[in-house]
Amino acid sequence: MIPAGFDYVRVNSAADAVAALQTSEDAKILGGGQSLIPILRLRLATPELIVDVSGVAEMNGIREDGDAIVIGAGTTHHDVTTSDLVRTHAPLLAQATATVADPQVRHRGTFGGAIAHADPAGDLPGVALVHNATMTIAGPAGTREVAAADFFLDYLTTTLAEDEVLVSIRLPKLGAGWGTHYEKFTRVAQSWSIVAVAAAVRRENGSIAEARVALTNMAPTHLRAAAVESALTGAAASAEAIKAASQAAAEGTSPTSDLNAQADYRAELARVLTGRAVAKAAGLS
Amino acid sequence: MTVTDKEYETAFGQPLRRKEDAHLITGQTRWVDNLSAPGMLYAAYLRSPMAHAKIRVNTEAAKSYPGVVAVYSAEDFGAAQAVIPDAWTVHPDMKKPVMTPLATDEVRYAGEPIAVVVAETRYQATDALEAIEVDYDPLPAVIDLEAAIGDDSPLVHSSIGTNTCFYIESPGEAYAAAKAQAEADGGVVITRRFLQQRLLPTPMEPRAVLVVPTIDDLTVYASTQIPHVLRLLLAMLTGHPEHKLRVVAPDVGGGFGGKINCLAEEIIGVHLAKRLGRPVKWTETRSENFLQMHHGRAQIQDIELAATREGKLLGLKVDLIADLGAGLRLFTAGVPMFGAAMFNAIYKMDAYQFNCRTVFTTMTPTDAYRGAGRPEATFAIERMMDELAAELGMDPIEVRKKNWIEHHEFPYTTISGSIYDSGNYEAATERAVELFGYDELKAEQKARRERGDRMQLGIGVSTFTEACGLAPSRVMGQLGVGAGGWERAEIRVTLTGKIQVVSGSTPHGQGHWTAWSQLVSDKLGVPFEDVELLAGDTATGPQGMDTYGSRSLVVGGSAIVKACDKVIEKAKRIAAHTLEANPDDLEFAAGVFTVKGSPGPQMAFVEVAAAAQLAHNIPDGMEPSLNSAYTFDPINLSYPHGTHLCCVEIDTETGFTSIYRYACVDDVGTVVNPMIVEGQIHGGLVQGIAQALFEEAVYDEAGNLITGTLVDYLLPSAADVPSFLTDRTETPSTDNPIGAKGVGEAGCIASTPAVVNAIVDALRPYGVNDVRMPCTPERVWRAIQGGQSQSGSVAKGGAQ
Ligand SMILES: Cc1cc2nc3c(=O)[nH]c(=O)nc-3n(C[C@H](O)[C@H](O)[C@H](O)COP(=O)(O)OP(=O)(O)OC[C@H]3O[C@@H](n4cnc5c(N)ncnc54)[C@H](O)[C@@H]3O)c2cc1C
Repeated sequence: MIPAGFDYVRVNSAADAVAALQTSEDAKILGGGQSLIPILRLRLATPELIVDVSGVAEMNGIREDGDAIVIGAGTTHHDVTTSDLVRTHAPLLAQATATVADPQVRHRGTFGGAIAHADPAGDLPGVALVHNATMTIAGPAGTREVAAADFFLDYLTTTLAEDEVLVSIRLPKLGAGWGTHYEKFTRVAQSWSIVAVAAAVRRENGSIAEARVALTNMAPTHLRAAAVESALTGAAASAEAIKAASQAAAEGTSPTSDLNAQADYRAELARVLTGRAVAKAAGLS
Repeated sequence: MTVTDKEYETAFGQPLRRKEDAHLITGQTRWVDNLSAPGMLYAAYLRSPMAHAKIRVNTEAAKSYPGVVAVYSAEDFGAAQAVIPDAWTVHPDMKKPVMTPLATDEVRYAGEPIAVVVAETRYQATDALEAIEVDYDPLPAVIDLEAAIGDDSPLVHSSIGTNTCFYIESPGEAYAAAKAQAEADGGVVITRRFLQQRLLPTPMEPRAVLVVPTIDDLTVYASTQIPHVLRLLLAMLTGHPEHKLRVVAPDVGGGFGGKINCLAEEIIGVHLAKRLGRPVKWTETRSENFLQMHHGRAQIQDIELAATREGKLLGLKVDLIADLGAGLRLFTAGVPMFGAAMFNAIYKMDAYQFNCRTVFTTMTPTDAYRGAGRPEATFAIERMMDELAAELGMDPIEVRKKNWIEHHEFPYTTISGSIYDSGNYEAATERAVELFGYDELKAEQKARRERGDRMQLGIGVSTFTEACGLAPSRVMGQLGVGAGGWERAEIRVTLTGKIQVVSGSTPHGQGHWTAWSQLVSDKLGVPFEDVELLAGDTATGPQGMDTYGSRSLVVGGSAIVKACDKVIEKAKRIAAHTLEANPDDLEFAAGVFTVKGSPGPQMAFVEVAAAAQLAHNIPDGMEPSLNSAYTFDPINLSYPHGTHLCCVEIDTETGFTSIYRYACVDDVGTVVNPMIVEGQIHGGLVQGIAQALFEEAVYDEAGNLITGTLVDYLLPSAADVPSFLTDRTETPSTDNPIGAKGVGEAGCIASTPAVVNAIVDALRPYGVNDVRMPCTPERVWRAIQGGQSQSGSVAKGGAQ
């Protein structure tokens, strides 16, 4: 399909991007284009102005910042998966990102684009939730920071305003004692998650001291499986205990029914996949 | 790769690398969309967003859009617009509702073209579509096949007063007797309902057409499998004289049957170029392709099989309801009938009854898709054979052995009247069982069952045959096909002894360049590199019946061999003349003529080529040319066969199903290039597995295609299938000079039932005896939960 006509501007800084966004009532940021361009081609959106941030140097790259790593919003999925910093301090992100689409898409699509797009079936918002990430956002009034838990609002909706740009994502390192795992369920390798589970577990003396579990595609937006997390806290790091705790995985979720799965099947997948993700994160299998 | 250690003397039979790949890989391909012509315009089509509606079209506003040259709807053409052609009169009383390229007054499927914009750029043409006003007065969608048959169903074509295109019933006495015998003697009667879901052919290259007019000639560049048939049809439909119409199929990026039609956009393209006097191009988007390229499969199959307690088949009864979609395309009505003779497959039985009802619906028309009728038939019978084995507690291979035609019984006339020329089901099966590790996998399956493993195994069998080499013109005539089945080849020999092969059969990915070069190299003793292919252009190769039904090598290749024989005959006369010998005393081998029993004088083919065209000294009255043509019309179809064994692994907690091991031994007759054969098998396997596990075109109740993009219509990639274990047996066909049987569809036909049989086998302990295709994780999971048969699921779309 062919998009409707639009104006195009390529900017060199986040500030210029914000300025450009303010010149139009109906402007869109273009990151890697892997979600936006299909939307334009299907004419599901017909913005007036496209502001291309893919050349903004300050939004690209991965650096260490004390007890966190900071990933520029424009960093491609490929660069994330191959980064030693990410592999060392946020292996969950490396693992989840490697499951995104195919190599072509991963060479173009960006971490920030995936976060800003907030597709409930996307693989990266769940990781941001588990990592207690912080989003750095530039807008007309300057820069603000938003915790991941407050960032994702609804289906394809975040706290980003029309004239704001996501600049970077800060992921606190998960230190010693933490294990993580991303368990993704799809029908073919390059497709979106039907359901997926991101898990991080800190073990102490054979039991689970702390657990964080986020669900992909179990609601209009990603969410933490709070009931599972509290059931796991202090539980034995055993297969039985994990399986029992995982039975609460679908609590508080509102999965959709579509061609790939009806809601009740998604709920079952959430329970099964949570059990598997947590067990692997806890080093059990 | 199954290269044997045989020493090759010629290029024949060697796994030579494909000549065509270099330009494909380096991007030097001539897709229609890469071509342009001076002054070229672009067309874009407005397509119906509704399944069924009365329409009133107003194109005025679009005409003033930037760059727009013309906007037309049906009323601008009137009767001159012509109609969408069909070419298979299956039954004298069949209903043939008329449909026009641009819908006239009524649309009958989502995606049907309504109007066309021609503009200076593709973007301008697309933008102006939004200014065309269409009033849609909705009519009811007809989506459910069984409901469509009912007296109170809304009609797709009110003019014909019914949704049934034709109903064919064959005599039922013999089957009734077989069934009675089974019941009386303590045998078994098994009934199942199988659903062949709608599939989208999805070639890599969507369709495109560029029509270039000159003073009174027209050249049509089309991404088509059938340049020759297309020329004939366009001439007949538009009234443009056939000899002034040239059709070129340049590089064509796949078809799978999807490019076997005469498109609305091709007919309109001719009108546009003639009216506007400028070249006009149209290239389809993937979304358009999904709506407008014909779909495949789409049948409900009610099957009943009667057998003795010992597993000997007594009879088979088939009741089909085939979904034709909104109207007839070239071979739409014939597809289910092409399968009619294949349900009995490789088995001997006393009774066979075949009834078929074909039904119009408000969905995209269906037509040939890789296998066309044969995959559906093969699926049904091979599923039934595994069901029979399960019912009797027998091994599924043993049940087949009891019933198949044994190798010494060929040629064999089947219950449906086909004559199978040759085959060896025992040999292929024996090799497949060994390659697969059948006993070892059975043992592993048992062990996993016993320990209640979360990951369960299932093993499925498919011993298939199919009818290939679509030909016998006479047979096609008897079946009501509006075409012959011959194929033509011409061998041109240049003065320097290089060969141009003019082939009627046109490649769209198969490897004709390579295989044809091997054939000619073998026959004439010239180097493989010295052979060039001219195909896909009616100017260089005016006659041909084109490429479908695994016919290229069997029919077209045979024409090449026969044409080479004529070249050799001519060359022999010249060589004999030069060598002062009697032509009958000459021998020709490895490109050299020698006198029998004499080590002395000899003459190479290249020298003869030069002598022929210098013509300084050739026999009196002889043409100074070695060029020869042959049109081959075989006496029979060919019947490749094979044994496919699939082991699936099912995650019983999620229903996720993966292929654990897949082994197949195919017998496609004599092989010219084993690497190309293997490639065809691999591609076919993936496509057949895709029907079993992934693909389905789903419509909602309102008649919208809800799997409208590749996000929802799931195609597997290399990551989703295992490495296949393949081997071959070679039982040559006796009905063509090569001995070839055809391989283009084999993998796709054989694999689907092997996979579903394996899934059902894995789930039998849960009380399951069928899972509807595609066997999605959710369907498998529900089967495990529910335990009961999945047979009889509804035919209509819907997200279940
Ligand atoms: C075939 C295919 C398969 C895919 N499969 C998966 C998958 O399995 N899992 C998965 O997670 N994703 C998948 N994706 C999506 C992929 O991850 C995209 O890269 C991602 O969703 C969007 O990133 P992008 O950089 O391409 O953003 P774009 O497409 O450029 O933009 C997406 C949206 O985010 C906004 N945006 C982009 N950057 C910024 C910014 N810096 N600040 C503010 N707003 C911004 C845009 O305005 C737009 O609304 C797939 C995509 C394709 C094409």
